[in-house]
Amino acid sequence: MRLTAEERSWLGGEAGPALQRAMEIVVALGRIYGAERLIPVESVQISGVSYRNLGEAGLRFLRRWVEEGARVRVPTFLNPTAMDLAAWREQGFDPHFAARQAEIVDLFAQMGVGAGEPMPTCAPYYLARPPRAGSHVAWAESSAVSYANSLLGARTNREGGPGAIAAALTGRVAEYGLHLEANRRPTVTVAVQEPPRTVADFSALGALVGREIGRGIPYFVDLRVEEPLREAKLKALGAAMAATGAVALYHVAGVTPEAAQFTPPAARLTVGSLREGYAMLDEGGDVDLLWVGCPHASLEEIERVAARVAGRRLRRPLWITCSRAVRRVAVEAGWAERIEAAGGRLYADACLAIAPLRDLGIRAVGTTSAKGAFYLRNLAGVAVRFGTLDDLLDSVVS
Amino acid sequence: MAEERLLYTWKGRLVKAGHAVGRALVSPEPIGFLGGVDGATGVVVERGHPLEGQSVAGRVLVFPHGKGSTVGSYVLYQLAECGCAPAAILNAESEPIVAVGAIIAEIPMVDHLPIHLLRTGDRVEVEGETVRVWRAVEDQGQVR
Repeated sequence: MRLTAEERSWLGGEAGPALQRAMEIVVALGRIYGAERLIPVESVQISGVSYRNLGEAGLRFLRRWVEEGARVRVPTFLNPTAMDLAAWREQGFDPHFAARQAEIVDLFAQMGVGAGEPMPTCAPYYLARPPRAGSHVAWAESSAVSYANSLLGARTNREGGPGAIAAALTGRVAEYGLHLEANRRPTVTVAVQEPPRTVADFSALGALVGREIGRGIPYFVDLRVEEPLREAKLKALGAAMAATGAVALYHVAGVTPEAAQFTPPAARLTVGSLREGYAMLDEGGDVDLLWVGCPHASLEEIERVAARVAGRRLRRPLWITCSRAVRRVAVEAGWAERIEAAGGRLYADACLAIAPLRDLGIRAVGTTSAKGAFYLRNLAGVAVRFGTLDDLLDSVVS
Repeated sequence: MAEERLLYTWKGRLVKAGHAVGRALVSPEPIGFLGGVDGATGVVVERGHPLEGQSVAGRVLVFPHGKGSTVGSYVLYQLAECGCAPAAILNAESEPIVAVGAIIAEIPMVDHLPIHLLRTGDRVEVEGETVRVWRAVEDQGQVR
């Protein structure tokens, strides 16, 4: 691998141990994947933020890196934590857990993540100007990676936890995988016989396609994506394929920016009915909680929920997860007030899939997100009701 | 102690530089550190794994490649903190979880090696990308 003089000096430790370790990681990944050189990235998104996943060892490792002087060199976003960093008591979190979780975010702030004020979110494309088509970034959360590659036409591999930190500290990644034009070609043509209409339909479709094609790059030939919530539907489709499979990039003819460059590949998958996707995700039954915001909700999604629940009374709590920036606007627009009047709450920073939900007394959750359903069951260990927003709301309206 | 003779000298691909000497612990199967190895003791806990019940502490740990969750990198860090990390790691083909784990835990690591030639109990020295293997004399007749 060719390194510049500056990169070689960082690797040699001339800029201190924090940057040296980061460089070692970036270079090792480059060697493993056969990269010829490193390339600069415009932004980074770091995963591995939940105390539940990082644990004490991960926390101590972050402390050490910060003590060594770790500082990010490019704009860096942070994946969600387990809890709302301000409203965790109301959510029911244990103070010991909350203190550890807050320390992790504080360590990232000391590294300069979020310009010293991280706004943890899995949807960083709602925080700042999203990456331009063709730009290189190093994002980590699987749905954000899919969104950046597919909907924005930016280029990113799915970075691991320490790998993303290393990319932020060096401002570089090794050039391999989806950073290279040749690796962005679709591998499977996907035809859909039952047109999806709702966000949940797109989620169910994504769950089926992800399960079938694993690491492939799907090319949807006949998918119509209509308003309202067009962007949320595409977000849900990509998130689902990244959860049940490892799809980091997809193309939709006439919709996504790179689709026109390609012709449909010979390998073909036909999805007959979406019902199988619903059956795969939905366990039925009553829920303790409804969850909207997996991936983190957009303003449009919050506005739609506010309109649907206005003047109604929910028998079960509705938690909407989003970034602090999005919540601020939702509060100013009056949507948060309408949702809270019905019994819902807007929580920033948080992701329920990585939260110790059973410790909070939550055993069954309703969601419109296939990604949410998949991880609620497999990570949080709770039962899942999967369906459209209307069906879920109707089930808890008194 | 039986006499040992230098059997192999290999140059592999460097993942994490360092110097270590230890006895080989060889797994024909991949190792997943998250959930597969107890981070507080170094004992392999994955059910049905060929190394189940054995400790990786102080050993030159030899396996084809890593598997499982990316959080596994931090388990290697935890092992290093408690003094129960492997002395070195040798892989056939490394992947990011173990490679990054070895870097943050400062465990010497080399890959691109003919690890199928190694046996548990061999004395192994890792120095940069160079790997030297000694084996007791009476065992060498069994080498094919």
